[in-house]
Amino acid sequence: MIETTCLSQLQPGQTAIVRELRATGSMRRRLLDIGLIDNTPVECLGRSPSGDPSAFLIRGAVIAIRSEDCANILTC
Amino acid sequence: MGLTNAAVSIKAVDAGLTIKKQSETDRVVALAGNPNVGKSTVFNSLTGLNQHTGNWPGKTVTNAQGYCATAHHSYVMVDIPGTYSLMAHSAEEEVARNFLCFGDPDAVVVVCDATCLERNLNLVLQTLEISDRVVVCVNLMDEARRKNIRIDLTGLSKQLGVPVIGTIARRRKTLDELMRGVDHVIDAPPAGRPLCVRYPKAIEDAIAVVEPVVTRLTDGRLRSRWLSLRLLDRDPSLLAEIDAYFGEDLLQNEELIAALDQAGELLAAQDITADRLKDQIVSSLVLAAEEVCMDTVTRQRDVYNSTDQRIDRVLTSKWAGYPLMLALLAVVFWLTITGANYPSQLLADALFWVQERLTDVFHYFGAPEWLHGMLILGVYRVLAWVVSVMLPPMAIFFPLFTLLEDAGYLPRVAYNLDQPFKRCHACGKQALTMCMGEKWMRVRNKTLPAAVRWQGA
Repeated sequence: MIETTCLSQLQPGQTAIVRELRATGSMRRRLLDIGLIDNTPVECLGRSPSGDPSAFLIRGAVIAIRSEDCANILTC
Repeated sequence: MGLTNAAVSIKAVDAGLTIKKQSETDRVVALAGNPNVGKSTVFNSLTGLNQHTGNWPGKTVTNAQGYCATAHHSYVMVDIPGTYSLMAHSAEEEVARNFLCFGDPDAVVVVCDATCLERNLNLVLQTLEISDRVVVCVNLMDEARRKNIRIDLTGLSKQLGVPVIGTIARRRKTLDELMRGVDHVIDAPPAGRPLCVRYPKAIEDAIAVVEPVVTRLTDGRLRSRWLSLRLLDRDPSLLAEIDAYFGEDLLQNEELIAALDQAGELLAAQDITADRLKDQIVSSLVLAAEEVCMDTVTRQRDVYNSTDQRIDRVLTSKWAGYPLMLALLAVVFWLTITGANYPSQLLADALFWVQERLTDVFHYFGAPEWLHGMLILGVYRVLAWVVSVMLPPMAIFFPLFTLLEDAGYLPRVAYNLDQPFKRCHACGKQALTMCMGEKWMRVRNKTLPAAVRWQGA
């Protein structure tokens, strides 16, 4: 069985596939707009000097997402 | 049935914006695009200083209009706010969507970033649902080449069914080609139909139920497929606009209510709730963009190439991130404050020399002392001080800041500072902090349009 975890667990350099978006409301729409739909590969590029947010490579674009929002993005 | 002729002929709203045409034959071209794709640079290069700015009525969103001409037509270019989508989640998106739908532009240019075309295609596909007369401008081609990204513009044009033109906004020749594309779209209607995104079967079935009714009701004045989808989506902000546009409440029409109910049942039978409908619409757009890019965009290596990555790693690293940021900003301020002293001194010398000459003139004509005191020692002197003190720092600071902005450093600053800002509750809940750069720019655009124009020069 494939283990499901959330995007905030992803370490810099690692890649994961989006399984489910638990975010709601405007955040959900923003995430969908940037192409974060099911089966999208996401690579973690690094973290901000203060540890949050983290930068991700999503469909060729670099996007920063806070850890509290990453917790609502399930990956495997 | 439905709409009377009088209601149809008078357009109730034209997205509220007054288009200032220089001549009757001016064609209106809307310039749309994602934020940060160099849309302003394209706009400025095309229109030069021949532009004026204002606000979208009732919204705190700036609007710029400018003029340019080709051998065939003269154009009013209308700068639409930069957005990722037309689903109206924000004031900007609402303004953009309303103008594209109800402003009736003669053509729409969608400016895209060649380095992340796939993401930009989302907006292109949504625009194609609203209008046939679309030209896709793939900007930042030089940047893409540097990152080893190849884009098959011909293939892309074939797939999308509209002209696709690669540009480098600083190169006039590529922009001339863009305007030739606009000429073409206006003079010759597209041979085939532009790409139309297909949605999952349940949604298509629902559209099929509603679309014939919508076509009859609207007389084909809006794209009925798009409108049907929005009606199914029940987007309240759009429904209000549609009512204003048609001059009557479309949703009071019994035939339409029946069709929407029937379509709603179809969707409910497939377990598609309002939220899931939105999700599936967006997912279909994203997947369609992915498919288009699969055959037309080739990357020799990863887009985010290694040199950039190395620089980024240093700029946002735990130890060097903050010191580098402070140092860089300190240098900018030092250059501004110290560097401005010299031109300030020169300006002051020149302006006060003029003051002495003016005093001579006043004395020569024997003007009363109170008049001299008021005009020269009062008005002129204050003006001279203000100009010599204020102008040089501004003339140094804004180009430097523009340089940082062009180099893409501002989003990194936002990224570095998000946590401290959040602790101060400064920017509230804002997950995509890279957007903070855009926010800042927007503020700057609003207050100092001159600084933005320098960028285009």
